[in-house]
Amino acid sequence: MLDTGHTVTQSPVAESGSNGAALDVEAVRADFPILHRPVRGRPLVYLDTAASAQKPAQVIEAERSFYTAENANIHRGIYFLSQRATELYDAARRKVQKFLNARRVEEIVFARNATEGINLVAASFGEAYLKPGDEVVITGLEHHSNILPWQFLREKKGIVLKVARLNDRGEVPLDEFTRLLGPRTRLAAFAHVSNALGTVLPAAAMVRAAHRVGAKVLIDGSQSVVHLGADVQELDCDFLVFSGHKLYGPTGIGVLYGKEALLEAMPPYQGGGDMIASVTFEKTTLAPLPAKFEAGTPAIAQAVGLGAAIDYLTRVGLERIRVHEAQLLRYATGRLSEAKSVSIIGTAAEKASVISFVMEGIHPHDIGQVLDSQGIAIRVGHHCAQPVMARFDVPATARASFGLYTTAGEVDALVKALEMVETLFAG
Amino acid sequence: MSDLYPPVVLDHSRHPRNRRTISGCAHVATGENPACGDELRVFLALNDFETIDDIAFDGKSCAIATASASLMTEVLLGKTRVQARALFDRFYTIVTGGANAPDDGMEAEVQRLGALSALRDYPVREKCATLAWLAMLAALESADRRA
Repeated sequence: MLDTGHTVTQSPVAESGSNGAALDVEAVRADFPILHRPVRGRPLVYLDTAASAQKPAQVIEAERSFYTAENANIHRGIYFLSQRATELYDAARRKVQKFLNARRVEEIVFARNATEGINLVAASFGEAYLKPGDEVVITGLEHHSNILPWQFLREKKGIVLKVARLNDRGEVPLDEFTRLLGPRTRLAAFAHVSNALGTVLPAAAMVRAAHRVGAKVLIDGSQSVVHLGADVQELDCDFLVFSGHKLYGPTGIGVLYGKEALLEAMPPYQGGGDMIASVTFEKTTLAPLPAKFEAGTPAIAQAVGLGAAIDYLTRVGLERIRVHEAQLLRYATGRLSEAKSVSIIGTAAEKASVISFVMEGIHPHDIGQVLDSQGIAIRVGHHCAQPVMARFDVPATARASFGLYTTAGEVDALVKALEMVETLFAG
Repeated sequence: MSDLYPPVVLDHSRHPRNRRTISGCAHVATGENPACGDELRVFLALNDFETIDDIAFDGKSCAIATASASLMTEVLLGKTRVQARALFDRFYTIVTGGANAPDDGMEAEVQRLGALSALRDYPVREKCATLAWLAMLAALESADRRA
């Protein structure tokens, strides 16, 4: 039942980390129940971790056991279970704080996902700090969720949105970014890692450049924290957002990190329970951070699950995972480059383990369909990054993304299936 | 291999029939699936008897949408406006797995369109199969407005 059908014994990944510290992929895979179910009568080859990562049993169990033994609303009752639930929720926040190396736990705000985190900043920071003519700088690599909130703000407040262009490798050159910074720049908002192409942006240098003109910086860490981790003090970003489900955690939970002074100064995003100190019909006193930004009952079990995901990744070792994924990326890039009809879109010098590609004369949806018939899950489409597709003049791409449980054998299965695609549609 | 791509479908996707434009054609409509990046234009020439004298398509699309468009042009040639609409209904039934329509004397055409019947098991591709057909219906509408 646990046979995945994809041998890793001969894989370069398994061999290359010859010291004892290399990631034991098979041990990791044993932790992920879904990887052992067949799909379309074949072993599942899940290569869509960038869209949503699968969950280890430890995360599933954390949520299950919360609902089984500890469930109650937080910050409410004086009874045992409510106190216990509150403790677990707070503990999850401390795990995130440690994971991001934030100075204070109050700087960690739980949200639904990265998208909500960005919308929170756009609404709240935008309300407090942005005036007509003020500039927000983003890049040509952004996911729609880091474009639309700023477009809304442009409509609402008359801000100016500037976009740093990509070069042909799918990189945002630092000088192209700094060229757009000026005295009216109030905020720079960019993805640390591109979801569509895998490009790693020089985030720390971009933060320094933005700070030199007095702008604040929001980093979309949706694709980066899972591959690179994040040290918000070292990056010195003012905001950072990520989604739990891309970090092997549950859906419905995400994180906004913000520097304390900024969060203190910003108005609340939504009104409701949990975010107030006192309410009368005449006057409301807001709760201190981070509760000020967490109106309503939050995703408690999901926060606990996210904490378990962070524990899991910490135990496996982020550095070990990074090395494994880098080896996979190199291996997969080489194997895909051998295929005649495959062109890789996005060839940045620094990439996370995401490969976007197209095949000569074959639509990505047909690629995805044939791969699905082989039990292989990849993403096809515009990846919620239509401007990236337009920049490379393709309607869509196929995208394979790798995580800590991906094996070189799975890359081989992908390449073999792509040969099938080639044969089938070659006309 | 996937039953979605039987030989007829592969043949029409590799070698689409009537993939061209019709110059001076009054009735053109474009169908778009922005999520796929697909775009097809359908050209219709109707004669005085409301019959399709010529039909063609061009644009970029996946194998399913291309094959569907190509098959469509073949079965619709020589059909009346009313028959074209009826054939769309039959086709829609085929690709969505709905109930069989009553016999309307177009069984041969319906049988040809049956090459895409596996689509009923892949609802996510329905929009690929119907892209050219919806553009065709829009082209017919544009003809209505001209009349």
